[in-house]
Amino acid sequence: MSTETHGHGHGDGHRHEHPSQPDLEDQPVGYYQVMTEALGEVLIDKGVITADELRQQVEWQDSRAPVFGAKLIARAWVDPDFKERLLEDVNGAAAELDIDAGDIPIRAVENTGQVHNVIVCTLCSCYPRSLIGLPPDWYKSRAYRSRTVREPRAVLAEFGTEIGDDMEVRVHDSTADLRYLVMPMRPAGSEDMGEDELADLVGRDSMIGVALARSPGE
Amino acid sequence: MSDFARRHHDMGGREAGPVEQGGHDYSMWEKRIDAIRRLLSDDKRRMMTVDELRRGIEELGAKAYDEMSYYERWAASTTNLLIEKGVITIDELGRKMEEVEARWTAEQETKE
Amino acid sequence: MTARFAKGDRVRVRDAHPPGHVRTPSFIRGHNGVITRVIGEFANPEELAYGRDGRPEIPLYWVEFRQTELWSGYAGQAQDTAVVDIFEHWLEPAEGDTP
Repeated sequence: MSTETHGHGHGDGHRHEHPSQPDLEDQPVGYYQVMTEALGEVLIDKGVITADELRQQVEWQDSRAPVFGAKLIARAWVDPDFKERLLEDVNGAAAELDIDAGDIPIRAVENTGQVHNVIVCTLCSCYPRSLIGLPPDWYKSRAYRSRTVREPRAVLAEFGTEIGDDMEVRVHDSTADLRYLVMPMRPAGSEDMGEDELADLVGRDSMIGVALARSPGE
Repeated sequence: MSDFARRHHDMGGREAGPVEQGGHDYSMWEKRIDAIRRLLSDDKRRMMTVDELRRGIEELGAKAYDEMSYYERWAASTTNLLIEKGVITIDELGRKMEEVEARWTAEQETKE
Repeated sequence: MTARFAKGDRVRVRDAHPPGHVRTPSFIRGHNGVITRVIGEFANPEELAYGRDGRPEIPLYWVEFRQTELWSGYAGQAQDTAVVDIFEHWLEPAEGDTP
């Protein structure tokens, strides 16, 4: 854990510089930290990867944040044709907005007045990281992976999200070759808002499905 | 079903406590093992697949799965695969690890 | 490879427990569901995991399950569902259905 520890996961708009020297870190240097550094250096020495490639990969993942997913959702809220394309092919729709959604196919699942979608990966931790950054720790936790498929409403309630008894809760277990992005419902009172303002209402958790989009002024 | 049939990582439906919603910011070494793994799987290299990574993590066993952090499991699986495939040898990795540890210790002593 | 199942088909997930790396979670094995989407064809992860190429590619489906069918004493609502991506070789026609 770095010296900058927060009660939130990555990607709600915060950006932190992380020190690369272990002496600046909060805890003793671990075995796997040493192994990772050594592995990187051996692979660079052998010409398998270059230092530049490694740096660029780290930077690429660092640049991924929920703002990209939020842009797609906001555009879909104001443009029904775009929404259709988003629901058909997220990667293609993202490219229209010059957003790199990566090579893994991503599907958007739409929340409606009848259906609330929530995403989990019970076997590992598959996550649409190209559009919303690396997953928060809880997404990878035993509790979330175990319980979300069996008692989704109880898990959602722990996140402060109550879904009506007349609604269908639909859990997507992301087990194979797809990643999922929840398209939350556009909140009431946002009718006059522009795309940028709308995007601010779309938080990371609403695109995982454990929360709803924020209401204007919330 | 035998107790052995259901594998440890296959968690859907198991009993578990509340979801701990705190989190930590990823540290540089965690980002680095993630980046190394992605480079090794890219079209230029195709040296390992994400399925091999997962298989390697599952084969670490239940105790390791529970006690190691997420990216410790990635580092272990990735390294094991590269040794298995002959991309690196145990000896060169071991020597480099000693070198890294010595360097970091020296840097720390300079600071103090 | 032609997809054996189509949207709307009722299927059963094989109640099998082979060793090794598979992507079919235990909690749906032996359960009935409905195909809601034919996603496409993908390399077989059970082969990719061991360093092989995973060809031929295998059709992958969205299979939707009723939560009340998966868990006895399910605490949510009767209309709640779970959707899982499942490869074709893990599926068979549901009892009494012909493909």
